[in-house]
Amino acid sequence: MSSVVNTTHAVQLHEVSKLYGSFAALRKVTAEFAVGKCYVILGQNGAGKSTLLRLIAGLIRPSFGICSILGSAEAGTMRHSIGYLSHASMLYDELTAMENLRYSARLYEDNSHSTTSLWQPEQVLAMVGLDARLDRPVGKFSQGMRQRAALARVLMAKPELLLLDEPFSNVDLASSAQMLRVLAELRAARKTILLTTHQPELARPIADFICTMHEGQIVSLEPAQSPEGRSA
Amino acid sequence: MTYVRIVWAHLAKDLRLEWRSKDAINGMLFFSLLVVVLFSFAFDPTMAVSRQISGGILWVALLFASVTALNQTWTRELRHQVLDAQRMAPSPASALFLSKVLANFLFVSMIQIVLGPLFIVFYNLRAIGQGWLMLLVLPLGTLALVVNGTFFAALSLRTRNREMLLPLILFPVSVPALLAMVQSTTAILTGESDPGLWIRMLGGYDVIFLTLCLLLFETILGAE
Repeated sequence: MSSVVNTTHAVQLHEVSKLYGSFAALRKVTAEFAVGKCYVILGQNGAGKSTLLRLIAGLIRPSFGICSILGSAEAGTMRHSIGYLSHASMLYDELTAMENLRYSARLYEDNSHSTTSLWQPEQVLAMVGLDARLDRPVGKFSQGMRQRAALARVLMAKPELLLLDEPFSNVDLASSAQMLRVLAELRAARKTILLTTHQPELARPIADFICTMHEGQIVSLEPAQSPEGRSA
Repeated sequence: MTYVRIVWAHLAKDLRLEWRSKDAINGMLFFSLLVVVLFSFAFDPTMAVSRQISGGILWVALLFASVTALNQTWTRELRHQVLDAQRMAPSPASALFLSKVLANFLFVSMIQIVLGPLFIVFYNLRAIGQGWLMLLVLPLGTLALVVNGTFFAALSLRTRNREMLLPLILFPVSVPALLAMVQSTTAILTGESDPGLWIRMLGGYDVIFLTLCLLLFETILGAE
């Protein structure tokens, strides 16, 4: 959706903190994520990766600090341009992948902010390597298929900013490879990707930057090294 | 028209999910049938006494049965965090709420269609007043139950004891509506008084609470 944006940064965070009672999930995070780049976010469990993505997605609000997404600091205004994939599939188990996507498309297709049409459910399922004719409910999919269907749902709205929370966890190698191919295409199309993972070796081929988090803070944000040994 | 299409998309999805799982309908049906049958065994009323008490029994059975369905309403949106996808979508939150109200309205109405004839048989009922007014009281009463129930089920969604919390919030708020439902039904069955005032009260209650819930739902949905 090309309502984006006269900015070189897809996400700008200034001293952003998120508190849950006395526990600080994020602590004064300041960072900028450039448009069209792929950032792989690493860190131990509890480092704040998922909280960071949920905050950028607009699902939670910062306790302190300023969070500017695609040029807008107003919470929720750019949600039509954000695709968010969480640990969970965000799909209904009782519906087929096609039914899930058709339903999701209905919620986006009348979006007045959109200047480009959505992907058709058939197209986007083909992109992630799933057969649109599959009449099994998603609840009976393997974990890999379910994750690819979830990615298809996210991609359907042609988001400018993709937030992917551990997309490769519990997914077989073939499904991971398929998802990586799709992400590489999106990166080539100058979509911004923020991806958390515990498998950096998988995501490294598409990474422009590696971001490391520890105890609610970004402790490093460095250019990734491509397999050939040059900086991306 | 856009808004109507979005409401329809949510509603069609909910009806399809219910058709495949039958979670809400089965629970409501068995519960309400049980209440009606047990009460008919507990009392051995004459026809006149039946007319006096059956309005209360009918609506209390429907109220308790509705709670089982209302608890399910949002639970399936929580599974796999589908609700987060709803929150991210650019469609209006009130459309989601309205579709849930309509779905629950249809489910409770289906229960009434099954329960109605059984009720007449078990309690040996025949309306002395204007029986056709029940066609007004039943939908208005059902709407009152499901509007508040759907809203408060969403409100208690993120609490640990949400299944306990829903009746604790819903029942006190529903007292005026319940009073109107029972009194108007009793007035229709006995023919002893005019149910007009109670029906108007029920209509007013529906308009006020539907408007408030539609306006406030986005805040509830956006809460962390």
